[in-house]
Amino acid sequence: MALSHLKSSSSRSNLVKPVAAAFSLRRLISTSTDPITIETSVPFATHRCDPPSRTVETNPQELLSFFRVMATMRRMEIAADSLYKAKLIRGFCHLYDGQEAVAVGMEAAITKKDSIITAYRDHCTFLGRGGTLLEVFSELMGRQGGCSKGKGGSMHFYKKDSGFYGGHGIVGAQVPLGCGLAFAHKYNKDDAVAFALYGDGAANQGQLFEALNISALWDLPVILVCENNHYGMGTAEWRAAKSPAYYKRGDYVPGLKVDGMDAFAVKQACKFAKEHALKSGPIILEMDTYRYHGHSMSDPGSTYRTRDEISGVRQERDPIERIRKLIFAHDLATEKELKDIEKEVRKQVDEAIAEAKESPMPEPSELFTNVYVKGLGVEAYGADRKEVRAVLP
Amino acid sequence: MDRDPHVCVMGEDVGHYGGSYKVTRGLADKYGDLRVLDTPIAENSFTGMGIGAAMTGLRPIIEGMNMGFLLLAFNQISNNCGMLHYTSGGQFTIPVVIRGPGGVGRQLGAEHSQRLESYFQSIPGIQMVACSTPYNAKGLMKAAIRSENPVILFEHVLLYNLKERIPDEEYICNLEEAEMVRPGEHVTILTYSRMRYHVMQAAKTLVNKGYDPEVIDIRSLKPFDLHMIGNSVKKTHRVLIVEECMRTGGIGASLTAAITENFHDYLDAPIVCLSSQDVPTPYAGTLEEWTVVQPAQIVTAVEQLCQ
Repeated sequence: MALSHLKSSSSRSNLVKPVAAAFSLRRLISTSTDPITIETSVPFATHRCDPPSRTVETNPQELLSFFRVMATMRRMEIAADSLYKAKLIRGFCHLYDGQEAVAVGMEAAITKKDSIITAYRDHCTFLGRGGTLLEVFSELMGRQGGCSKGKGGSMHFYKKDSGFYGGHGIVGAQVPLGCGLAFAHKYNKDDAVAFALYGDGAANQGQLFEALNISALWDLPVILVCENNHYGMGTAEWRAAKSPAYYKRGDYVPGLKVDGMDAFAVKQACKFAKEHALKSGPIILEMDTYRYHGHSMSDPGSTYRTRDEISGVRQERDPIERIRKLIFAHDLATEKELKDIEKEVRKQVDEAIAEAKESPMPEPSELFTNVYVKGLGVEAYGADRKEVRAVLP
Repeated sequence: MDRDPHVCVMGEDVGHYGGSYKVTRGLADKYGDLRVLDTPIAENSFTGMGIGAAMTGLRPIIEGMNMGFLLLAFNQISNNCGMLHYTSGGQFTIPVVIRGPGGVGRQLGAEHSQRLESYFQSIPGIQMVACSTPYNAKGLMKAAIRSENPVILFEHVLLYNLKERIPDEEYICNLEEAEMVRPGEHVTILTYSRMRYHVMQAAKTLVNKGYDPEVIDIRSLKPFDLHMIGNSVKKTHRVLIVEECMRTGGIGASLTAAITENFHDYLDAPIVCLSSQDVPTPYAGTLEEWTVVQPAQIVTAVEQLCQ
């Protein structure tokens, strides 16, 4: 019976292969769905709305699944760091470690019919939406097995069948796209919402306010989520925004400020926001979160903040540690069992990397595919404009 | 819009006002506010929203009240509209139509007389077409809406008042095909949009002088219909391009390069390209006339080319 519960938990995110060995049947409690109530870490701050309750209901299965998924995300990002330093990943690589609770909490509150769109710090969001580790590492290394066939790269992960719309490089440009997704949900009357994620740096973009105005005007079911990690690359939020209370910047649009390091607060807020959006239009969520790495792999992350600050957050507010403490507090697993999960996750990540490393690069003809749909028979020239010709397929 | 419930229109004053050039008149009454959307003046974001909606399968027609305003949406058009199909490995298609009036009007001033085809032509992944008659406007519009690719449809401010008898039934014009306006033997004149009328006016004079120009309205600005153009060049061996774009980096410049590369052996003379002057369009009527190619200049150019 416990194994069937395991199967259902693994179907929530297909990066988890059914576990046979590590979970012995000894601990039936660890996969049960008996409710547990948890208080969120800090109260919600509100703007023009009433806060949701601080009491969140969860169950052992969810707690352990949060732990596993976040551990996988953390391990994946750290592995990406090493791969970048080994020059297997090139270009830009923006890592999400420290912010995992936002991705995981959001997924727990919504379905795959809802849409998520985010900026370039998208590896973990992609994973949460159902992407596999192999697709992630293949895309990062530019292989044809990647989610975008190797043609997108770190900043362009997409998964259409699970409602993940990317993966965008230009700061803030994804917010109007997200409002367009919400417009489509409203047009198609499918009772789904769109989450448009952006950072504290993008919060000062004009197009965001333009899109918010249109969304409020047309009552679109969009939820704007500001993942406030307090630094826009090297610029601290107080140096970039006259008013860093991003949840209040919507003026006539209600807002909620959430502790983004607490996965359950995020889950509660997203559930609340989805109900609100379907009834009364846009709402802004500000997730107070933190990234341990620099802005990207070319940023050490310590020139504009102190190492003490980083290690302080890691000690006080780390999202995975919070879940770990909750698991111990409710006696759902032993330390060894959690360590086993982490070891297993590490193995899965290593295996995915090994497989991705062996996988082939895209064919040269792939250069010209997907430029147009159902090609036009147009001739495209190579760099020397005389020799290489290809007909766009 | 009747045929496909996914088609919607968004733009400034397209709904209740009926469109600044009456292109969308009556549609809001017929299809309602959700399908004919009056947007606030926020080109960047409503273009982005149209593209986001297209990612899910809707087919928005995004109108720039004047093409020049779409410069504010350049990021969305270039990065998201043109490139999303490629960067997502083919997962998303963006079947939008971006349309609007452009070109030099009657003393509208520099900022309202822009020709954006030259700025957009490098964006990979989009198609560009320019309509010039009521017949091809209907056909190209329908084809653009049905196309799975993002299409930018360039209309011209001065051509909205043209009247022509066109078939009531459905027809589409091929997006990648040029239009043979007047077959001839002596010289190939390639043109598009409003300049077609200047060329035809010049053609009358030329015929009286004994020349036989072949006039082709290229219609498809990206990609060029090198098939029809090539056949014409092989026949006449002389090419004159008449465009309203500016000389530097315009459509004519790209077309000259494309023809030279592909059909160099068939040319008896260098390609002559008549374009607008590289200046902001002045307000004064006489000055404005001199920035744009006039029929007399076309006649002179053909005479020189055919010597």
